[in-house]
Amino acid sequence: MGIEGIGARVLRKEDKRFITGAGRYTDDHKIAGMHFAAFVRSPHAYAKIKKINIKEASKMSGVAGIFNGKELTGDGIGNIICGWMVHSKDGSPMNMGAWSALATEYVRYVGDAVAVVIAESLEEAQAAAEAVEVDYKVLKAVVTAEQAMGLKAPQLHPEAKNNVIFDWEIGEEDATDAAFAKAANVVELDIRNNRLVPNPMEPRSALVQYDAAEDHFTLHTTSQNPHVARLVLSAFYQVAPENKLRVIAPDVGGGFGAKIYIYPEEIVCLWAAKRAGVAAVKWTADRSESFLTDAHGRDHFSKAKMAFDKNNKITGFKIETLANLGAYMSLFSSSVPTYLYATLLSGQYNIPNIHCNVKTVYTNTVPVDAYRGAGRPEATYLVERMMTTAARQLGVDPAELRRNNFIQEFPHQTPVIMAYDAGDFGASLDAAMAEIKYSDFEKRRKKSAKNGMLRGIGMSCYIEACGIAPSAAVGSLGAGVGLWESAEVRVNPVGTVEVLTGSHSHGQGHETTFAQLVTERFGLPKDNVQIVHGDTDKVQFGMGTYGSRSGAVGMSAIEKALDKVEAKAKKIAAHMLEAAEGDIEIKDGEVMVKGTDKKLGWHEVCLGAYTGHNLPEGMEPGLKEGAFYDPTNFTFPAGCYICEVEVDPNTGVTTIEKFVAADDFGKIINPMIVEGQVHGGLAQGIGQAMMENAVYDDDGQLLSASYMDYTMPRADNLPNFHVSTTETLCPGNPLGIKGCGEAGAIGSPPAVINAITDAIGHNNLTMPASPQNVWAAINDGGMAEAAE
Amino acid sequence: MAKVEITVNGKATSANVEDRTLLVDYLRETRNLTGTHVGCDTSQCGACVVHVDGKAVKSCTMLAAQASGSDVKTIEGVAGNGALHPMQEAFHQNHGLQCGFCTPGMIMAGIDMVNRLGPKLDEKIIRAELEGNICRCTGYHNIVKSIAAGAKEMGKGMKKAAQ
Repeated sequence: MGIEGIGARVLRKEDKRFITGAGRYTDDHKIAGMHFAAFVRSPHAYAKIKKINIKEASKMSGVAGIFNGKELTGDGIGNIICGWMVHSKDGSPMNMGAWSALATEYVRYVGDAVAVVIAESLEEAQAAAEAVEVDYKVLKAVVTAEQAMGLKAPQLHPEAKNNVIFDWEIGEEDATDAAFAKAANVVELDIRNNRLVPNPMEPRSALVQYDAAEDHFTLHTTSQNPHVARLVLSAFYQVAPENKLRVIAPDVGGGFGAKIYIYPEEIVCLWAAKRAGVAAVKWTADRSESFLTDAHGRDHFSKAKMAFDKNNKITGFKIETLANLGAYMSLFSSSVPTYLYATLLSGQYNIPNIHCNVKTVYTNTVPVDAYRGAGRPEATYLVERMMTTAARQLGVDPAELRRNNFIQEFPHQTPVIMAYDAGDFGASLDAAMAEIKYSDFEKRRKKSAKNGMLRGIGMSCYIEACGIAPSAAVGSLGAGVGLWESAEVRVNPVGTVEVLTGSHSHGQGHETTFAQLVTERFGLPKDNVQIVHGDTDKVQFGMGTYGSRSGAVGMSAIEKALDKVEAKAKKIAAHMLEAAEGDIEIKDGEVMVKGTDKKLGWHEVCLGAYTGHNLPEGMEPGLKEGAFYDPTNFTFPAGCYICEVEVDPNTGVTTIEKFVAADDFGKIINPMIVEGQVHGGLAQGIGQAMMENAVYDDDGQLLSASYMDYTMPRADNLPNFHVSTTETLCPGNPLGIKGCGEAGAIGSPPAVINAITDAIGHNNLTMPASPQNVWAAINDGGMAEAAE
Repeated sequence: MAKVEITVNGKATSANVEDRTLLVDYLRETRNLTGTHVGCDTSQCGACVVHVDGKAVKSCTMLAAQASGSDVKTIEGVAGNGALHPMQEAFHQNHGLQCGFCTPGMIMAGIDMVNRLGPKLDEKIIRAELEGNICRCTGYHNIVKSIAAGAKEMGKGMKKAAQ
């Protein structure tokens, strides 16, 4: 692998600018003549806009323009769309309500933008926004999915009767029902997956530069996928044609899904800059705005039952899920509780019959979309809490029940679309059990009991789907886009290399790991390789970074482009060295004829490509190749997480004593980066399990809308993590990569809750397991058994 | 308006600013020192930590006028003589950052921790001391490791200086 090649723990190339304060995030950019945008937002969850009075506000100092939703739609700016069509089980298309970037007649959640002020300074924009008077007729709001479907619930969109967006199903219901009819045992579980706020540390931001002479826009923005942003802004929102819109996502301070979508603020800033006739407009969310406008995650309620035969083999799994999508359908909101969720309900297990029904509904809350894991955490939480619940009910060890039902042969076709290509679930279970000393647990439990503490252990054997995904497959499932990736490898005449990628790094370290591929291939030092991403003027097109796809899809595109570069370089070298092409080898920065001492420096071959003095007959000069890689399948990272906790029964305070992760991510390019991804994912998963919760009151006010109310995991809430990997290569892509970005957040919540419910001795606990909730659960009963 | 005179990273600076101008806005907007970040509006996240007269301060909780007459150090002023500060180097060596947004605040808080508590910092102390800094990427594992390693290196420097 070499010291900087594939598999090496290479320190990050991008670190220096971040540790010296030289990172350049969107809000760090300034442009001459820059104005600022401030939004007038609804304080009500549901209301009719009667009148907007801007008379006083427009007279205030520095104000360049105040605009509303009718002006926006009047200028032909299109409604915000959901880009994934899902059909109900009766064949009807999803019921998508209209979403204008500035509300026109109704506001449907607290924070919904009503008007925008453009002014010379931020302070002036904010002052004028406060002076805009909006006269609302307040309507009764609805915040939970259960209530939204009720007969007396307010109707939020005329398109969606009873607020139902779609009523979808997957799997064979009759066959599943038949399995239950014959079951020896049935285990039932009702489960809630709490609503979360993604909270990347950098708030969203947009900086629009408008060149009136050219009628050209440049948008700097906090995006995980700048090319998708440009496509959608052009094709659907009609802000500007693609050739008149450059989107740059510079350094981006975390995404976690929340920065996939094209939000009202970007659309409005682009449109308003031109309409106000100013050179540039900047908007940066404050944290309260982030809570109120960044797409939220999760928010499912499910009723599930699992059938077992007399040998404790699973024979059927039936699930009904209700998903709250908020006030409007966000860009990929329909795919999350369907194709990213229910397709993983087979978990790591042989389950011959599965049926899942998913109803999605509108409520007067922030739109819900993909957040780290997106659907797969919800599936894993359901399956893995079910397995532990079943083990308790059936009186068997949770590890053995899982092992007894593991899929052992690959490829394996599940009843819910997915065809698992490779894996060794027993290997990760064994590794995790050994690391946590599972067999000695009861001794540790007794020791804790002597100190008056409740000790518990819980596991989660997750599988997820990454490398999203074969374009034709997702197209057939309703996706409005293809999900391939592109790369271009540009070799300079002196032999240094630029890799242009459609993936986007916002913390994942692509500038290092992508360079490692080039280092591995040609033996060049990593500092001779530059990764270029995040600019639609530089990189032709790309689908961006989410769904742990940058390794499996993005790097595969780079490998394909490198193949082409290598092939051409070999042809040139063979010609220069008068050798057969098949005898040429590129290694350690040298190009040599195998078995001889004939060789050239890599830079000599590259220079030869550009001088064009001595090329094979008919060959074009230059050394630059591009590739588009379309995945052949999803990839399937899997693993086992085990959590051990101690609960203080007097206070409900729960401490994680040890957390063990054994993951199979396929081929690993840089173990240091992969471990970092797992650590971060675990923190978010443990955050969901124990701390985080987006809480609305009955009127639709978000009560947890700041870091004083929404509990972000902090250093003293978390343990050191024991992470390790096992490896089965993914057969579907050239490097054998599965993906590692989300596993931690997907696999950890059920491990934590299974541990706490083990400690307290009963199952009646819902996330987040805050001290208050755990204390209440202990005092619900069941404590005596646990403390025996 | 208030006239403020602040020494920033060793350089005398002055400007007339609105009374309500926060120190962080003075640094970012007036002085163009954008390494200090704003991650929240309730003084919880710590992305804006700088040193004022040698002590860690959340620069979003202090008015620029309050800092007048003070010596302020930001992340841009931490490295000296072309070499990284040992705490910066430790974050690099231990993969203590991912997206980099919280990192300046983490490094400033880490240096302050050593200044206050000395170079022997165990995991428990570091985790407790980090209660004012939020990171969403790293799960803190490698930040804790980085600060411990940086503290050790700073300790060596202190020892050398004492000799």
